[in-house]
This record gives sequence, structure tokens and C-alpha cells, in this order.
Amino acid sequence: MKFSLSWLKDWLDTDAPLEAILTTLSAIGLEVEGVENKADSLKPFVIAEIIEAKQHPNADRLRACRVSAGGAELSVVCGAPNARTGLKVVMAPIGAHVPGSGITLKAGEIRGVKSEAMLCSYSELALEGDGEGIIELPANAPVGTPFAQWAGLDEPIIEIAITPNRGDALSIRGIARDLAAAGLGRLKPFTAPAIAASLPSAIHWVNTYPEACPWILGRTISGVKNGESPAWLKQRLDSIGLRPINTLVDITNYFTYHLGRPLHVFDIAKLSGAALTLRHGQPGDVFPGLHGKEIQAGPDDCVIADGAGAQSLAGITGGEQTGCDEHTVDVFLECALFDRVKIAQTGQRTAIHSDARARFERGIDSQLLPEALAAATQMILDLCGGTPSAPTEAGQRPEWSRQAKLRFARIKSFGGSDISAPEAVASLERLGFTIAGQDEHSVTVNVPSWRNDIAQPPSLDQAPDLLGAEAAAEGAAEIEPEVDLIEEVLRLKGLDAIEPVSLPVSGLIPAPILTPKQARTALARRVLAARGLAECVTFSFADDQSCALFGAAPESLRLANPIASDLNQMRPTPLVTLAQAAARNAAKGFGDVALFEVGPAYAPDRGQALVAAGLRLGASPLSALAPARKYDVFDAKADAQSILAALGAPMDGITTTQGGPAYYHPGQSGELRQGPKQLLARFGTLHPKLCAALDLPEGAVAFEVFLDALPEPKRRKKTAPTLSAFQPLRRDFAFLASADLAVESLLRAAKGADRALIANVALFDRYSGKGVPEGQVSLAIAVTIQPTDKSLQDAEIEALCARIVAEVTKKTGATLRG
Amino acid sequence: MSGDDLKLLLEQAEAEISTADAPRIEALRVSLLGKNGTVTNLLKSLGGMEPDARKEAGARINHLKTQITDALFARRAVLDDAALAARLQAERVDVTQAPRPEPLGSLHPLSRTVEEIAAIFGAMGFVLKEGPDIESDWNNFSALNIPSHHPARAMMDTFYLQAAPHERPAVLRTHTSPVQIRTMLAWAAAQASGEAVEPIRIIVPGRTFRADHDATHSPMFHQFEGLVIGQDITLAHLKGCLIDFLRAFFGVPSLPVRFRASYFPFTEPSMEVDIGWSRRTGEIGGGTDWLEILGSGMVHPNVLANVGIDPRKYQGFAFGVGLERITMLKHGINDLRLFYESDIRWLRHYGFAALSPASLHEGI
Repeated sequence: MKFSLSWLKDWLDTDAPLEAILTTLSAIGLEVEGVENKADSLKPFVIAEIIEAKQHPNADRLRACRVSAGGAELSVVCGAPNARTGLKVVMAPIGAHVPGSGITLKAGEIRGVKSEAMLCSYSELALEGDGEGIIELPANAPVGTPFAQWAGLDEPIIEIAITPNRGDALSIRGIARDLAAAGLGRLKPFTAPAIAASLPSAIHWVNTYPEACPWILGRTISGVKNGESPAWLKQRLDSIGLRPINTLVDITNYFTYHLGRPLHVFDIAKLSGAALTLRHGQPGDVFPGLHGKEIQAGPDDCVIADGAGAQSLAGITGGEQTGCDEHTVDVFLECALFDRVKIAQTGQRTAIHSDARARFERGIDSQLLPEALAAATQMILDLCGGTPSAPTEAGQRPEWSRQAKLRFARIKSFGGSDISAPEAVASLERLGFTIAGQDEHSVTVNVPSWRNDIAQPPSLDQAPDLLGAEAAAEGAAEIEPEVDLIEEVLRLKGLDAIEPVSLPVSGLIPAPILTPKQARTALARRVLAARGLAECVTFSFADDQSCALFGAAPESLRLANPIASDLNQMRPTPLVTLAQAAARNAAKGFGDVALFEVGPAYAPDRGQALVAAGLRLGASPLSALAPARKYDVFDAKADAQSILAALGAPMDGITTTQGGPAYYHPGQSGELRQGPKQLLARFGTLHPKLCAALDLPEGAVAFEVFLDALPEPKRRKKTAPTLSAFQPLRRDFAFLASADLAVESLLRAAKGADRALIANVALFDRYSGKGVPEGQVSLAIAVTIQPTDKSLQDAEIEALCARIVAEVTKKTGATLRG
Repeated sequence: MSGDDLKLLLEQAEAEISTADAPRIEALRVSLLGKNGTVTNLLKSLGGMEPDARKEAGARINHLKTQITDALFARRAVLDDAALAARLQAERVDVTQAPRPEPLGSLHPLSRTVEEIAAIFGAMGFVLKEGPDIESDWNNFSALNIPSHHPARAMMDTFYLQAAPHERPAVLRTHTSPVQIRTMLAWAAAQASGEAVEPIRIIVPGRTFRADHDATHSPMFHQFEGLVIGQDITLAHLKGCLIDFLRAFFGVPSLPVRFRASYFPFTEPSMEVDIGWSRRTGEIGGGTDWLEILGSGMVHPNVLANVGIDPRKYQGFAFGVGLERITMLKHGINDLRLFYESDIRWLRHYGFAALSPASLHEGI
């Protein structure tokens, strides 16, 4: 909300400097968003007179003028067709910065005629204004005076943000009241004029929708002369960015800001019938609104209709067909109280933002209607003449009686503040609260009608099946009004006055802030970063087509109102957005990247799992010492396994199975499981088709570790290790196996030959080709034998080796290669 | 042999040894000291001598043997050193070349900020809680005292998921506050069923979503939320807690912190918190400007009642902070959108080393 300092001073008697006003506004909850003084950028511009304007000797479209701003006559070349002898104009001297065009004026010569100044248009001054060409000032404009000062532009325009609870502060009077209550002056009184009228109104209200409009007033003023508003009114509206339209409309806009009281004027000549009816919207209610767009009223909206149909969307915007213009002679002035919730709902449905809506949906002063009607009537009479009728109304003044109780001790025990009881009471009184009762421990106050945010009727939405629901509701009803009052007292004093107190801690050494699972997640991040992957944070949503490539794009995970079509689907795995990120990097020429993200994967029915996903693209970096190596599926497997190992998964019990979901290469992917069921991780080369669809270079490898699936590591103490005194020995074997044998089973079989003596089994060569029958493969393994309590005799070793071969052959069908 | 003969023999031997290469050294050793070597034979000849002469000659010959042995040894050492020097010379590499590249990974600055926050609030006895991104309308709005018509709902451009007809659509949470609700519901239920419960102190980092996309708004961003509930928690604690946090996080012990009255539906009184900084240089704690950094307030009695906590018995405060915002300020990052772009150059530039955990004892 914008207002000028002079307008504020209509209501606030103060000599506080601007800086103090701004600081206080922000401190008490009316946050200053900006201050602007138009005159600051218009300092050099002065009022001047064109002594003589004639045709430029060498240019058809230019005028050569002699101009005076009180001093020496200057020669000015001007392109505006309206530059004429005797016109009062706005002149920029050499050196002036012209805000509208951004240039700084230099002396020059235009086609042989000197130009020693510039005559300005509104747009060159960055001002709103009508007309082609240069600004035409009235004949009585004083030559030599700074233009901004003469035009009333030389004052600060303050813009503040009004929070949704403060309907009262959407008025300049309300702002003045808050400032006065904060000690920055005195609020000037408002007394409504008495309007003498006896004739009945030509128009009357019929209210069939009292839930939307409990009370509405109006009156006819006949015989008005509508036209341009006086300069002071236009300038006030201009200063806060409201375009002056005509006097009647300007007056309604003026009161919207002056008193926070939206009004509306109907041109009676354009109404059909003598009744204006408040009713639910009906299917045929389509009419052009004053905001320039067509309005289609819904069944819950409240419209104001005449004999011809809906003419106004109540509390939001009027209709174009019945608005006032310069031909209006008889006007009907509307002053209504609309229901906050109904207006908010209609406003949200229609997405029309208007000053009226902003005030009605926050709540206006429900008691001010007759006074506001009188004040607006008086201004119409003053500026447009005419004869007022008696007011007409429908509904009745709503009951207003709210009280709130403040226990003084709570200022400290809730607010942490040392404000004394008398100071608190005085603050509330300055805000317009009146004392209903007081003792040494507490005060009970009557809430002023403009503060409908205080002591509101309880509006809870408690969880179902709540134990203690009633007591909690009682508590809220009791505490909420008191907290309202504490808030008022604290904010007016300034929250900075409260002495901060550090949270007490029980003992010096806190318990861990992270659960074991959260700590493991942090560890997973470090493991991957230490392995050379860069952590990313990518969006939780992507386009549904890309998500479908990764298995699933169900409707239930599609956004109803996506911000863009490529962000419309919750991702089934972080690989979707990681792959897109890798593709973006590759497109920029960074084709060797290793990325990871620890983030959510979404599944229907609000499923959400934490996944550590990663993707490697391209090859390891170039070096003279080691040839660059393309990342392959085993890099992805190593990444996945490294997380599992670091997070304490029992690696001996984890099996790898060949294959995986369809977004992986069917022959280069696998799954890591604990036991037969528990899927811990997947890895693989991404499918070439998927890479092509995502513009991802082929050969990218990826992994997903399902952190939620990992069992909590057992907090068991380790048993002491057996550190054998005997040297381990190694025996190598080569087996001929079926080419599709999973090598993991062969290693497992070898190890199973003697779990006590065999410490490790590793594959060190895999060969097929010459010397190996078709369909078979030679697998060379090294077995590490660790004697435990004595050196092994040759015969014992031979026997063990024979057991290994027998076990492998029995379990896998592989035979020792001759 | 006379003494002169022995002397001559020694001179000849030393002369030969001094220029011998490694094979020649071995040949000399054999010819001089071997089984049939000159010196060995001299020693053998001692047997035929008179005892006195034998004693005298033996001493001389043994001395000769020692000298030759020493000379051989010394020469061998010289040759070994020379050979080693030659080998080392041959093994020279250009150490100015880069070692084998080890690709450097990094942690995202947002992860780092979460860890720093955890370290600071951990010291204040908080517990870190998390919750789902897809939420019910009640958890995200209604329970937080934001009824469906409330103007504050319009302030948050909410994403909704598609829903079956007659089903309330789920929302992508617009803030991390639903986790407050989940936590308090569980707490109140535990208490109502007679369990001994500790007062609540939680922080909640997480993803949040609003339908807004421009240079300073991202449709997905991160917040962290704080909630403290107890019997005697006051607004002074709110101030102390946030001042302590901000000063620790930015590492400026005298950081100016300002509290301004504001409004949020779920707190009352509500306040926005500013820190001192220099708009010109971006220095936190320097200059005379103020920068809005977070929103906070005492938990609204209606919110407590909605989850079954009696506001006559318990009260507390809550706050919410934009993670990107404080991360940008702390590290001088100027473009919000690049947080999610995953440009490898940005990740390497602003990322943190894997082995630099955020901890209070090492300094954050």
C-alpha cells in the first residue's frame, strides 16, 4: 500500500522526521518496502515559457523556440508539434539527467540552430500523463519555479506491505493510528458530516444473499456535475499510482485509501428499475467489469443486479455498463459490508485483484458505514454539487462486542518482556481499545470495531480422534485473545526491547541431533564425494515422458497445476533428473562427469523413498601416467557397494543378480540384495534407447542405493579378531565353466569348501577363445588359505585343494582346467 | 719375502685395485686372497719358518692381507656407489608432470548448510526431523491455522497433485511446517497416553515447493524449520535462540540482529528477523543496512489446539529459514537457479570437500 507523507499528516499530527516514521512503521509490523520522492530525479526541471516558437529554417518537423525560465532567453530546438508561442512548459537545462530517456543533456546544434535546453514530455520525466508532445502547463504556472515542487511531486511516497491480518492498516487513517499508538504523534479525530436530506432514494436495496452481505447502505445524489477532479485530488491519487478517472469515481477511490472504506457509484440513468438486488450469481451473469475484462459470476459469488441483470461483482469490482462518466447526472452511492470469506473465495476463484477485494477479504470496520457514507456524500456535494437523498439500507448493523483479557504477568511469562502494566494499558488505549475492567493482575478491554483480527471467534480445525481435544480447544479460546493483546503491546514497544535469553540446555554435552539413519545418509554423501562424484540437488519433478522412461509416470504423481510442462511429474527415481543434468553438462562440452544425488524417489500413494543415486558419463581424466578409461558398469557397481560397505551392510551376505529394470542395459545391469528379497541397490549401464531419448551420450553408467531398505547397523561389539601366527598361502585354480555361469556362485562355492581355512577367493582372469571350448569360459581364481593354529602339511593342503575343486564342480558344474 | 717385497706387492695390488671395475675386483680378490692367491700362499709358507721369524713374518703378511682386504672393500664401495648413482640418474622422471588424476568429488553447498545447521542446533539440544514432500492439505494448511479462504493461501502458490474425483488433492508442501504438525501430533498423543515426553526441540530441513519460477524464485527450494515447545518457553528464548544461531552460522559473534513485527497465520506474535550487512560489499555484519533473513513467532494457540496441545499448559516458538538464502549469503552465491542446474563447473566451484565435515569443534 502506498501513501504520501502529506496524506498521512491529514490523520497524524506529528513533527517526527521521515526517518523515524519509516523505522517505526517497519518495527510495528507495517514493513516499509520503499520510499520515493519524484522530485529527487526532477530537481533540474523548471517551469519556463515559450517566448516565441517558429518553424525551424532547415527542418520541416522541428520548431525553433526562444524560451525563458526567468533568466536569459535560450534557443531551443523542439520536435513536438504542440510547441507554440506563449505555452508554459517544463524545461531541462544542459547537464540535466532526463529520467525517462536515461540521457544527460548536452548543448548542441541541430541543423544549424543552437539548442541550449530541452522541453519535456511526461514520458521523458518518467511520469504518468496524457498527451502527445511536450507537457502543456496552465497559463498561471509560475515561470522559474521547480516543476516538481509546483506539481506537488516533492514529497516522499511511502510503500508498505500490509500483512493479511491487518485490514485496518489498508487505510491511511489506520496507519496513522498505529503510528500514534507507537508514540509518533497524535491521531486526528474523524467526525462525519451531517447530511441534510429528506427525499427518499431513487434506488433501493433488495438483499437475497445476507450471508454475503449482512448490511448495505446507499443513497441517491441527483443533479451532480461530474468531470475532471480538482488538482489536489488528482495529484493525491496520482502520487500513489491510481489513475484519476472522473470526480465521482475518484472520490470512491479516495475513501478506499483515506478511510479503508471501498465505495461504489452507479450511474442511475444506466440502471434499469429502481431496485438493486444482492443475490447469488446465476448462469447468465456475464458482464464486462471495470477492470476491462468479462466477469462470469459463479453460484456462490454475490452479484448486484438491476432489472437487466448482474451489474457488479459485489466487493470485488463494479460493472462497466453502469459506471459513472462525465455525463452522469444522478448517482447512486453504495457503501456495503461484505462477508470476508465470501469475498476471499470469489476473489480467489476469479483471480481479480482489486483494492476493494483486498480490504473486504481482510475485514473492514463493520460499524463505520453510515459515517463513511456521509463523508463521501459531503465530498460529492462539495465537488460535484447535487442534492442528496436520505440513506437507504438493507440488513442491519451487525453486533460488535468483543472483549479480551490480559493478565499482566503473561507479558513476561509469554512475551519475555518487562513492559509494565500501566504502559501496556496505555498502549492498548492509544490503539482504540477501551477498558471494560481492570485489577492489579489483569485488564479486560473492549476491542475496537476496526480490529476484527483481535479476539476472533475460535476457528479450530482439530485433528480427528484427538485425545484432549476439548481441553485444548478451551485453552485456545482462553489464550488466543490474550496473545492478541500481548502482540499489540509488544509490537508497539518494539520487539528489539525484549532482552534475548539463550535456550537453556540440560548438561553441557547434547545428545546426537541425528538419528543413526540420518547420520548414515550424511556418510553416504561423503563416500560418494570421496569417490569423485559431485553432489547435485535436482528438482523432484520432471516431464512425464522422461519419468516414463524410468519406469513410471502414474497420473497420481502428476501435478494438477504444473508451472511448466517439463516439470509436471514427480520423479520415480533421482536418476531421471540426474540423467537430465548429465545431458546438460554434456551439451555444454563437459562429457566426462560423475554426479550423484541423495534425494527422494516418489511412488503412488504418497510413497517416498530416500535414494542415493549416481551417474558416471564418459571416461576418467586424461593422464600420461594411466590411460583414460571409459566408465563401465563395474564403476557403478563399485559406487553402490562402497555405500553399502560404509553404511555397515553385511557385505558377505549380499548377493548380486544379473539384470534390472528396463532403463538399464539388459546385459550390463544388476541388483544387490540382502537375503533373497531385500533389494538394496541397482546398478548398470543405462539403456541406449533411454540415452538417445534424453540426449545423453551412450555408455553412461548409473546406480541407485535404497537407503531406507538398509537395515540399521547392529550396535554389537566386535569379537576379537584371530591374528594367526602362520603365513597365509595362495593356490590358483583355473576352471572351465559354462559361459553364462555367474562367477559369484563359483567364488562362493570355492569359499564354501572350508570356511575356517579359506580367507579369500578372488577371480583374477576370465578367458574365452582359443583353447576354450565354444560356450565355455576359463575362470582363474586365487584362493588364500590362512592356517589358524598350525602350519599345514603338504597332504593337508592337497586335500583342501581337492575339496575346493570338488565343491566348485558340484555347485556350478565347472571343471578344473587340465 | 722381504719387507720390501711385501711393500712392493702391496703397492702393485693397491694400484690395480684402485682402477679395477667390478669383475676385475673379484678376479683380484681371487688372485690375491683366494685359495691359491698370492697372499694366501705367503701365509701357507709361514709353516716352514723358525718360530721367531714366523712370528715376525706372520704379522707382516697378515697386515698385508688386511690392507688388501680393506682396499678391495673400499674399491667395491666406490663402484657400488657409482653404479647406484648411475641407476638413480637413469631412473629420473619429470616430476613437474601431474600425478595420476583422482577425480575430485564434492558436496553440494545446501548439504553443507544443513550439516552446519545441525551442528549448531545440536549443541542447543535439538533433534533433526524429516517429513514427506507430498502432504495432505490439513497438514500443510488447515492445522497451521490457514483455512481454505485465508488470504495467506493465495500468498503461497501451491502445487497440487492430480486427484481422483471427490478426493482432496494432495499438495506439494509449501513449507516444512507440516513436520511441526506431525511431530506435535505424535507428541501430544504420547503424552495423552501417559508416556513421559521431553519438551519439543526440533529442526526440520527439507524440500519445499511453490508455483513460482523466476530469477529469485524456484519452483522447488529448501527451508528449515525450527520448533520449540515447553512449559516456560517465551519470546525472549525465541530471540536468544535465533541470535545464537545466526551469529554461529555466519561466524560473526557481534552480528546485529533485528526483530520486526509481522504476521504469519501459524504464529502470534509473529516477527521477521533482519541481520546487519553491507548492501554494497555483501559483508555480513558489516555496514549499516538490514537484510531480512527469516520468519518466526510464538506458536499460535489455534495450532496447538489443532494437534491436541492445551495452550494453557504449553507454549513455544517456531521459525522458518530459506536454506538457499542463507547459503547464498554465507558463500557469496548470486544466482539461485544455479543451485539446481548441476553445472559441473559450479558444483566444483561452490562444492565442499568430502572430508570436511561441519562440526562445531573444528569450526564451521
